[in-house]
Amino acid sequence: MPEMTTNGASGARPTIVEALRSVIVDEMDANGDVYVIGEDISQGGAFQASVGLLDRFGAERVVDAPISEAAIVGLAIGSAMRGLHPIVDFQYGDFLYAAADQLIQQATKLRYMSGGQVAVPMLIHLPTGASGRGAQHANCLEASFFGVPGVRVVTPTTPRDTAGLMRTALRDPNIVLFCIHKALYGTEGRELLYPETSTGEFGAGEAIPYGSARVAREGTDVTVVANLLMFHRSLAVADMAAEEGVSVEVIDPRTIVPFDVDTVADSVARTGRLITVEESPRRAGWGGYLIGELARLGVLVGAVVERIAAPDLPVPFAPNLEKAVIPNEGQIGEAIGRVISTDATPIGVEALT
Amino acid sequence: MSVTTKPWAVEPEDNLWEPPPVDPSPIPSPEVARELYRRMVLIRHFEDRVDVLFKAGRIPGTIHLSSGQEATVVGTCAALRDDDLITLTHRGHGQALAKGVDPGRLMAEIMGRADGVFRGKGGSLHVGDVEKGAMPALAIVGASSPIADGLAFAEVYRGGDGVVCNFHGDGSVNKGEWHEAMNMAAVWRLPVLFVCENNFYASTTNLRRVLLNDQLSERAEAYRMRNMTIDGNDVLAVYAAIGDAARDARAGAGPMFIECLTYRQAGHKRNDTGKYRPAEEVSVWMARDPIDRLRARLLDEDVVDAAELDALDAEAADRAAAAEAFALASPEPDRAVAFEDLHA
Repeated sequence: MPEMTTNGASGARPTIVEALRSVIVDEMDANGDVYVIGEDISQGGAFQASVGLLDRFGAERVVDAPISEAAIVGLAIGSAMRGLHPIVDFQYGDFLYAAADQLIQQATKLRYMSGGQVAVPMLIHLPTGASGRGAQHANCLEASFFGVPGVRVVTPTTPRDTAGLMRTALRDPNIVLFCIHKALYGTEGRELLYPETSTGEFGAGEAIPYGSARVAREGTDVTVVANLLMFHRSLAVADMAAEEGVSVEVIDPRTIVPFDVDTVADSVARTGRLITVEESPRRAGWGGYLIGELARLGVLVGAVVERIAAPDLPVPFAPNLEKAVIPNEGQIGEAIGRVISTDATPIGVEALT
Repeated sequence: MSVTTKPWAVEPEDNLWEPPPVDPSPIPSPEVARELYRRMVLIRHFEDRVDVLFKAGRIPGTIHLSSGQEATVVGTCAALRDDDLITLTHRGHGQALAKGVDPGRLMAEIMGRADGVFRGKGGSLHVGDVEKGAMPALAIVGASSPIADGLAFAEVYRGGDGVVCNFHGDGSVNKGEWHEAMNMAAVWRLPVLFVCENNFYASTTNLRRVLLNDQLSERAEAYRMRNMTIDGNDVLAVYAAIGDAARDARAGAGPMFIECLTYRQAGHKRNDTGKYRPAEEVSVWMARDPIDRLRARLLDEDVVDAAELDALDAEAADRAAAAEAFALASPEPDRAVAFEDLHA
């Protein structure tokens, strides 16, 4: 299958970064309170998310900032409290940790601590995951902030979902972490993985609500829940499994906060087999949360469960070492083989209340 | 006693902080002078009540009293417009009162009651009232400075001429966020007044142990930011300085750093008595009480008579008592309130 290509070479199918820019332009046209701030954004930023914005909206609304992540996020918070709607653009989501206090301790608590006196409408764009640059440019931001009350965590995998969720996020008066895998943007000159499934038409970019998982492929034998790059890996493996007569249902949660547990519960009630796949370190990933919630709902009685995640390690540089720690198609395929060869007793959808 | 040569283990030779020389500032008008006095004595009476209530176990958690620092917060807020904004610190009771926050609802907040300004969800560390331009206090040292930049950014973005005062303590100047915010405000000429309440102790740590600058305003100089160091216990000096700074910032002159030299009359928090401070230093500063100084000036120059000042003092005592009664009569917040206000 086509593992890798670069955009431009892959034809004219719209990419995630194009969907992202398109909706940002729309919303900035419609709402003068929306502005973009970040490092190097006048030049487009590392993933070219802001290409063209400066020409269209000018430097008053496309604000090139010093390398001061805490001040960038802090300034965004202050402006949001006064009714502006900042898009904080990070070239690499990894740099958000330098502003972790501003996000966790200030932004998410200001409304709560003030009994609702202020709102903090703010979108933080975070390229996430490993992309061959060593440990400090390979963090899974979505996992790091998954447990922080007060943020939405959005993880789109296609141009359509990117556009629809960006639309929702820019009309949401709350804090949104908008995480896109670095290998999925389709930025010109950069590696693009799974172009067959990670590019495509996004239409008018109709808003997609948070917490609505997408059943990307229907199946009856096993449920695979996967996000970001792992979603595309799982979809590819599901195609191969189908050739061997195994019917895999693949679900993309699309937002991990809030997490659409119900859609997964419905699926596992039918298949009786569950595999979660995420790129982040195993200890604190969303897979553990999802399995816990499903167990609480009684969906996992008689079910067979597998969980795939990265080991609890930083990501190494050497390409073969990076491959050794990031979950791959082989692991997903093997997990499917294991759960399929184990007897399961689905509880049935009628058992769900 | 062991001798050490490790530099971080050496106590500074001179650890005393002398007050600045007295340099009487002009009295703006009897009306303004009365108002300054009125707000300062309200804070003093209010904090005295907080202290008593806390020690009596009526206030949960912790408190950070602002007694002794009234001139800085009152001089600043009185020089601002009502629609200008301030950011508040963990030592925020005085800042809130100076900006006009209702004493009863403030006391109720400090006690964690339903009628508190923030429904009892903030507490002593997180006071304010957005309607009064007092943004919710942030209790992490240094964190409010970038946010103050953002408040000012929004003002300029929308074409307004409001000014933002970022109150912070001396401890903030050793935080990276403060430096990032100072630089950003200077580069983008944001209308922020960085008002540093320098009381010489970052919690319990003498500043001479943690920085080498004689004046904190030296650090603003590094960012090419307008700056000055003033007597923060002279309310008239603060009022005049902030008035000029706010006028210039409104006119587009950019931010300014104003270091106000002042002194905590109480300890850092709770039952801390501040024993780590040299007795001679404490007594010199107690003799520079900002309220006594204003009173003496007004009487010496026949601006306001003693009876009138006594009446203002009695009125403030009554307001503090009423605030306490209001707070004590307020119920605990309904438990459902804990589950509200996360998202807009």
